[in-house]
Amino acid sequence: MTESTYRIQGNTGEWEVVIGLEVHAQITSESKLFSGASAEFGAEPNSHVSLVDAAMPGMLPVPNRECLRQAVRTGMAINAQINRWSRFDRKNYFYADLPQGYQISQLYHPIVGEGEIEVTLNEKDPDSAVKKIGIERIHVEQDAGKLMHDQHPTMSFVDLNRSGVALMEIVSRPDISSPQEAGAYLKKLRSILRYVGSCDGNMEQGSMRADVNVSVRKPGGELGTRTETKNVNSIRFMMQAIEYEAQRQVDLIESGGAVVQETRLFDADRQETRSMRSKEDAHDYRYFPDPDLLPVELDDAFLEECRASLPELPDAKRARYEAMGLTAYNAAVLTAEAETAFWFENLLAEGVDAKQGSNWLMSELFGALNKLGKTLDESPVNPQQAAELLGLVADGTISGSIAKQVFEIMLETGQGASAIVEEKGLKQTNDTGAIEAEIAKIMAANEDKVTEYRSGKDKLFGFFVGQTMKAMQGKANPQIINDLLKKALG
Amino acid sequence: MMSDFSRLGVAAIRDGVAKGEFKAVEVAEALNARVSAAKALNAFIVETPEKAIEAAQAVDADRAAGKPLGKMAGVPIGMKDLFCTQGVQTTAASHILEGFLPTYESTVSANLWKAGAGMLGKLNMDQFAMGSSNETSYFGNVISPWRRNDGSNAALAPGGSSGGSSSAIAARLCPAATGTDTGGSIRQPAAFVGISGIKPTYGRCSRWGVVAFASSLDQAGPMARDVRDCAIMLEAMAGFDPKDSTSLDLPIPAWEAGLNSDLKGKRIGIPREYRLDGIDEDIAKMWENGIAWFKDAGAEVVDISLPHTKYALPAYYIIAPAEASSNLARYDGVRFGLRDLPEGAGLQDMYAATRAAGFGEEVRRRIMIGTYVLSAGFYDAYYTQAQKVRALIARDFDNAWASCDLILAPTAPSAAFGLGEKNADPLSMYLNDVFAVPASLAGLPAISVPGGLSKEGLPLGLQIIGKALDEQAVLNAGLAIERRSGFVAEAAQWW
Amino acid sequence: MSVDKDTVNKIARLSRIAISDAEADKMVGELNGILAWVEQLGEVDVTGVEPMTAVITNKLRLRDDAVTDGDVRDKVLANAPAKEGSFFGVPKVIE
Repeated sequence: MTESTYRIQGNTGEWEVVIGLEVHAQITSESKLFSGASAEFGAEPNSHVSLVDAAMPGMLPVPNRECLRQAVRTGMAINAQINRWSRFDRKNYFYADLPQGYQISQLYHPIVGEGEIEVTLNEKDPDSAVKKIGIERIHVEQDAGKLMHDQHPTMSFVDLNRSGVALMEIVSRPDISSPQEAGAYLKKLRSILRYVGSCDGNMEQGSMRADVNVSVRKPGGELGTRTETKNVNSIRFMMQAIEYEAQRQVDLIESGGAVVQETRLFDADRQETRSMRSKEDAHDYRYFPDPDLLPVELDDAFLEECRASLPELPDAKRARYEAMGLTAYNAAVLTAEAETAFWFENLLAEGVDAKQGSNWLMSELFGALNKLGKTLDESPVNPQQAAELLGLVADGTISGSIAKQVFEIMLETGQGASAIVEEKGLKQTNDTGAIEAEIAKIMAANEDKVTEYRSGKDKLFGFFVGQTMKAMQGKANPQIINDLLKKALG
Repeated sequence: MMSDFSRLGVAAIRDGVAKGEFKAVEVAEALNARVSAAKALNAFIVETPEKAIEAAQAVDADRAAGKPLGKMAGVPIGMKDLFCTQGVQTTAASHILEGFLPTYESTVSANLWKAGAGMLGKLNMDQFAMGSSNETSYFGNVISPWRRNDGSNAALAPGGSSGGSSSAIAARLCPAATGTDTGGSIRQPAAFVGISGIKPTYGRCSRWGVVAFASSLDQAGPMARDVRDCAIMLEAMAGFDPKDSTSLDLPIPAWEAGLNSDLKGKRIGIPREYRLDGIDEDIAKMWENGIAWFKDAGAEVVDISLPHTKYALPAYYIIAPAEASSNLARYDGVRFGLRDLPEGAGLQDMYAATRAAGFGEEVRRRIMIGTYVLSAGFYDAYYTQAQKVRALIARDFDNAWASCDLILAPTAPSAAFGLGEKNADPLSMYLNDVFAVPASLAGLPAISVPGGLSKEGLPLGLQIIGKALDEQAVLNAGLAIERRSGFVAEAAQWW
Repeated sequence: MSVDKDTVNKIARLSRIAISDAEADKMVGELNGILAWVEQLGEVDVTGVEPMTAVITNKLRLRDDAVTDGDVRDKVLANAPAKEGSFFGVPKVIE
């Protein structure tokens, strides 16, 4: 572990930033944590709501096994302690998006205890420093509904579609000491969640959001008072929020003020954090065990299934790819995001050589997607189709340069590689007679260059290769051109 | 033959309908008429004569078609207003739910309708089941049909919180009714009016669709004029419900078929800690009678100790208000019920105004106590301590079962008191539940059966507490007392 | 521990129950009476005793993950004191 060198330069010297993150991740599930209503995003208002979610009198919660399973699998993925005995507590407060008047959460006995996540500070640099961020706990809780304030002059509107959707709250230790580390941590966490399949990590839709605890102190000094910036919904915003908030605290302290422990929100337009005055009301959540629910007791079979169903995780996968001969950089990039790794795995499953496949994926496919402005999930070419193309190169049916041409046609038309090669007659030719005939024509037309070459201007060899390939419309086997040219030119 | 249907109990109506001695509709009509003529008791908040007729017609049609009839076929009952009934106002006797029309039916009431019972109406009760005298209802006090024999005509409490249920059954407006028991709310009102009522083991009856008071204590049960009727109705009400996480996934025994008043081989424990200083003379005498009846039925009577009895009531008055303070947070004027929105009020002001206007005084008091004992800095001293004491109380019972099978005690420390006599001091009212609360805290089945009359001519109740899941033994012991007590007194009709 | 009027007002605020001055005064006495009485629990030796978690021995059942409920908007909104279209309406909240 390397010490972070991130410092804020104040008038009284350097300041260190201490950051802890509470990440709320929506658990991937069909139905809600305590009701059978759909957990799907984006439905008509108040349609994905059961009488339980609306907290009608006499309604009772029944927990969803899958939500607990995903929390446990996530805990296992970060080598955390799994608590066989946990319990749901009620967190009591009044708000219009909270129908029960309490949120069912876990305070005293969370389902997952201490774990850790290894973060590479610069994922593009395989030699970059690695830091372990401690995880204090993961607990499972209900999401709240949604309030809309801009639909009516005097009223706010309440939509309970999200009310009761399952969340994991993943609480880090205050081990993070720079905005960059926070960003790397959040990326890594998102990657793990996606690998595990416990959360889609979609921050735009709010499936993942962070509460950011920030305080500042003189290097090595006592911890300062922290503020909590709520509901930050992108990695970039989170990094900006930390920078702003740390600087604000330093300025405040240095000008003789004191940081107040409070809840703040991040205004992305102004790139600043603001105190949430409407919620200043001192909170006393009166947590107590939910008497509608018994303790959660996990048995061996449940835990065994959770463990057995865990996929290979990014760090392990990366090590395996390196052992397969991929460069450290390629291995890092291919494993950073679950969707890339899964795509690559599918490519390998089609029999593609690992090195050939990784190089093609990272240069050709990424380049093409970049141009199209598409993500890997939206790729017009799937791994099976890609494998067909790469197979044609591997067995010498087409050359690498023709492959690029074929790939472009595949992207445009969706046609298969073999069909394109067949239709356009792009098969590589090994017909030495035809190639020799073209070479003879080229030499005849460029007698001066032949002379120059023969008198020692070796560089001209490339010119003859290019001319021959052009005459052969790119379809000649480059190795055969080379051999024949060498012979002809002497 | 013209029967006085008001004199028939559950079994008699069910059997008469099944045998074709009379039609279910005749019974429903007769009881509808009695309900509507008994407004002076204020036992019902809503009367639903059409529901009673509808259910009776369905039973008559089924019988005519030769279809099998349910356990409660043709029996019209009263439904405590804590049970949500689809399309029928459900208020928990609170202003905050006035006008609330559930779009769903509680599991317990649905079970009863499925068994062929019909609904005469929604019964008055203490607001949110908080009270022991039925004086906290927003819809007015329920009056007991009983009067003292001193000619004073003072209006007496029917007990609480199931006071509408007890009053209606004792006044023969219905043969049976649902009750709910959180800290004695079935047993104490049954005792006050000379009927029977059983709180089954916690988890036997689903809490789904029952307005919650204190989740870890609330348990529904039947109230009726004899033990057999209680057994029949409990069979119809109980059963596993996957919608209630605390519901017991166990088969429901055939309690009625298993009734047997022979107590040979049974050991009856008499807890010495229940012999309070200054115990009411009539109560002490009834208790002695009960012991004698048990001996007569073949049981062995043993002295037992339940050392933490004294702490049951204080523990209850921490746990129940704590749970209630949270359970009642949903009454906020947003999705259902009352909304009080003062001019220019914001959301939080609306909550405070709505809840101040909607909740009665006792409910507000208990919410405040509950909020206080859960608040930062006090949680461990009050709530955690109370839950530990509760564990000790449950352990007391576990230890007692080593030397006995059943426990006999009074249901309440006195006969019914007059309305208004105890509401000056909330604490003196709470003390009414002193004998009832321990079984609630331990989740054990307990019945109250009539045990005699006080000097003033008012009914007194004997309580029998059993082991978890052993409702059969509790019912059997109740039956043994019923057979020996010769309790036939009933309230003379004045209403 | 005894409560004063400030505490009563604080509890009332936490409970979201509006309370008049006179009611607060009355509540001080009542709450103190009840609290003094329940505090006798402090006498009980609870060394080594775990707080009760389940009244009757029972195991928490877990539900299968399937959509079995919802799509009942009319039922959800049926009793709303103020509804606007498909929404519940509340006094405007300024965040």
